[in-house]
Amino acid sequence: MRRERDHLRSWRGLTHARSTWRAACVLIMPFALTLLDACSGAQQSVLDPAGPQAVRTDKLWWLFFYVCAFVFVFVMIALFLALRRASLWRDETASARGVTELPMLRPAPEKERRTTNVIVGATCVTVVILFIFLVASYSVGRSLSTRMEQNNKVTIEITGHQWWWQVRYTDSNPQNIFETANEIHIPVGVPVTVELKSQDVIHSFWVPNLAGKKDLIPGKTSILWLRADHPGTYRGQCAEYCGMQHAHMALYVVAEPREQFDAWLAHQRAPASQPTDDSQRRGQQVFLSSPCIMCHTITGTTAGAHVGPDLTHLSSRSTIAAATLPNTRGHLAGWVVDSQGVKPGNQMPPNNLSSEDLMALLDYLQSLK
Amino acid sequence: MTSGCGEKSSGACERLSHVGHREGDSPVGLRPNGLIVRAVVCFVWLAFASLALVSCAREKREFRQAPPAARLESVRDIDLSPGGPAPTPPTKNAAEESAYAVNEGKRLFDQYNCTGCHFHGGGGIGPALMDDKWIYGSDPANIFETIVEGRPNGMPSFGQKISDAQVWELVAYVRSMSGLLPKDVSPTRDDHMSAAPSEQRAPKQVPVGSGIPKSAEMSQ
Repeated sequence: MRRERDHLRSWRGLTHARSTWRAACVLIMPFALTLLDACSGAQQSVLDPAGPQAVRTDKLWWLFFYVCAFVFVFVMIALFLALRRASLWRDETASARGVTELPMLRPAPEKERRTTNVIVGATCVTVVILFIFLVASYSVGRSLSTRMEQNNKVTIEITGHQWWWQVRYTDSNPQNIFETANEIHIPVGVPVTVELKSQDVIHSFWVPNLAGKKDLIPGKTSILWLRADHPGTYRGQCAEYCGMQHAHMALYVVAEPREQFDAWLAHQRAPASQPTDDSQRRGQQVFLSSPCIMCHTITGTTAGAHVGPDLTHLSSRSTIAAATLPNTRGHLAGWVVDSQGVKPGNQMPPNNLSSEDLMALLDYLQSLK
Repeated sequence: MTSGCGEKSSGACERLSHVGHREGDSPVGLRPNGLIVRAVVCFVWLAFASLALVSCAREKREFRQAPPAARLESVRDIDLSPGGPAPTPPTKNAAEESAYAVNEGKRLFDQYNCTGCHFHGGGGIGPALMDDKWIYGSDPANIFETIVEGRPNGMPSFGQKISDAQVWELVAYVRSMSGLLPKDVSPTRDDHMSAAPSEQRAPKQVPVGSGIPKSAEMSQ
């Protein structure tokens, strides 16, 4: 009997050890993963801030993380100790069969007072921690929404569509205003005002490396300030579910030195390049005499609709279909002919073009540098 | 403590005696009650089952549409023909059976700037579309022709510029404006800021000021 019990106890000890090890693994894994994420220098990561706004949210995030991690570990240790004590107590009662009264029913005022003290203490600590969080969160929120100093200001108007981003660079001189889509260029170290609008449903502009989320609400202009302190390409994403292809509504923000940005700006302001060879000329004819013209704009031609993205400098962009596909000839062809196969539900209709017409159209579109 | 135990046991006794009393009093008394309960349960189950059936017939959204009906081969400019015009069966437009397609038609109507002339159905530069007057016929095929080939006095031809599938969606929406479509495929919502009932759901109205003088109406 006794040997049996000993055996049982040792077995229980073994499972204890094994489950503890497993619990430790489960606890450590997420932490290890987040650390890995922070190291990688990702294109889209809150933990890799590239501007003052993102640094603020990053600091807030780490404050929450450390405090919550500490509380979590503390609670787990307390739970572990409580379970251990309970199992010891069970062993005790099992061995002491002769006792008539259960130990649990014995009055223990001292123990009860201790329990009350612990509960009151823990509640107070929780309230204090939550209050610290409240103050920190509020102050970060305030600092995010304060207007940045405006010298050499760049103002970008972003309109959300299902499912792409219309980008308009405003200027006091109307001649300098131009449109592009799904790719924003900004100068490094210069505050940028982003005016956010929506044409259909609520979207949310989120470039985690640069700033927090901001909703695009139909009928309202929301304003976001951001500044990139390091050059680089950062990925953004619609962060408010907006329909079928919400997941394929991304954009890139390219932060580059001022000279490079100015060159890009000058190039984007220029009208589209004219076709130089026969194939491109035919491609332009195809474009202007097919359904393309009902939705797209190419400056310098008769195409001037604003339903779909502006294609004036299509080939200068690195992706098509709101950062869904790389901008290569093959992907472009697939997109023109059967966009519904790539992104079902988008507003581009399938186009029945002959192969010669398609090749000519691609030549023309790729010449729009 | 003891009184509580006594209460408990007496309650149990009562319940037992009650059951015994009932069974002894009327052995067939339980039956109708049971039948009613069973009928109610059956009804509820059937109701739920029929709900499940309804959910089966969910409308499918077609993104890669083929043209729903064959395009007319040629345009007939003159209706005169020996023996009078041949009665043609009305064209079937598959887009009229899908609420999604009609809604797409509504979106395109705005995006392709049909509103520029027809406004939101009330007409202005172009004729009104929400009344029951059709200059070139209300059949889907006629409206298709109107959009694709254009009409004299201002309606442009959209032949090469809008894909046939989209034209059929537009046709469905244009017909919905004057209530020619069944109610269940009507566009349910507006994408505009002001929330108004969709064309199909709005009650049909009698024009107030038709432009015809009262005296002229009387003489007819």
